[in-house]
Amino acid sequence: MNLSLEGKTYVVMGVANKRSIAWGIAQSLSKAGARLIFTYGGERMEKSVRTLADSLEQEKTLVYPCDITDDEEIKKTFQQIKEEVGTIHGLAHCIAFANKEELDGDYLNTTRDGFMLAHNISSYSLTAVAKVVRELDLMSEGGSIITMTYLGGEKIVKNYNVMGVAKASLDASVRYLANDLGEENIRVNAISAGPMRTLSAKGIGGFNEVIKEMEEKAPLRRPVTQEEVGDTALFLMSDLARGITGELIHVDGGYNKVGL
Amino acid sequence: MADTLERVKKIVVERLGVEESEITREAKFKDDLGADSLDVVELVMELEDEFDLEISDEEAEKIVSIADVVNYIEAQQ
Repeated sequence: MNLSLEGKTYVVMGVANKRSIAWGIAQSLSKAGARLIFTYGGERMEKSVRTLADSLEQEKTLVYPCDITDDEEIKKTFQQIKEEVGTIHGLAHCIAFANKEELDGDYLNTTRDGFMLAHNISSYSLTAVAKVVRELDLMSEGGSIITMTYLGGEKIVKNYNVMGVAKASLDASVRYLANDLGEENIRVNAISAGPMRTLSAKGIGGFNEVIKEMEEKAPLRRPVTQEEVGDTALFLMSDLARGITGELIHVDGGYNKVGL
Repeated sequence: MADTLERVKKIVVERLGVEESEITREAKFKDDLGADSLDVVELVMELEDEFDLEISDEEAEKIVSIADVVNYIEAQQ
């Protein structure tokens, strides 16, 4: 048994640009020989995703639009994927969004609409996608679904606010989905990556200070890299992780273990 | 340093897909160059990389036009 994903196909949702965690995952999976399919939300992402996807050594670039707030579109996208590849072996969900003005200051100021938006895009979308994948019988037995979460869903993280609440909901979804899909030997796990200089992270108030905190306090005394998160994703996608489901794995240089 | 303006222009053209001729010193990112809030965050990150500096949230909020960027960068150097 090894880490080769030769002959296997994975869907990567949520590449925005070269700094995206999703892109780190795509690179790790691609290096291991996986065939990749990308989905993006919103036209503004298409060009960037296509350019990145084309840079990988893939036989054919497979890129599909998928608005994860629209159940019909999710179904349509995954039907197209099924027609193209038949079966997938894993899926990486790397999607989150909240209004920028609600990622700063008091959580108390979250609006109802902002709350719903953050939960809809960042949490429910995983369940919506998992549901369609099962309905279409798209994922092979032994398949693996992963999503990206963050410490702000478990602990108070300044300015993370409504996104923290949405991540807590996402973390709980991972456990329930793991139970539902476990019957079919499909695993569902979350990676809690340390703060990284991504588009999403930069949208959160005071991000530059968070990186300094990692350098001072994380047991590894540094922020983690895209490659490190990508390689953990590779492990979770591979058969080496076949006994792991419903789990939340921290790839954060140990930061979550620090007390005072 | 005319050079700063040229480097900024290059980044803006790439990020926002606008014509170089549209990028005057007075051009505003959101009003004139069609940037949304995500574009602005991406631009800030590209500028931080290109000029090897850190733009704080407070400073980033004050940056509205091309001239603001050029002035900020030149003040840092």
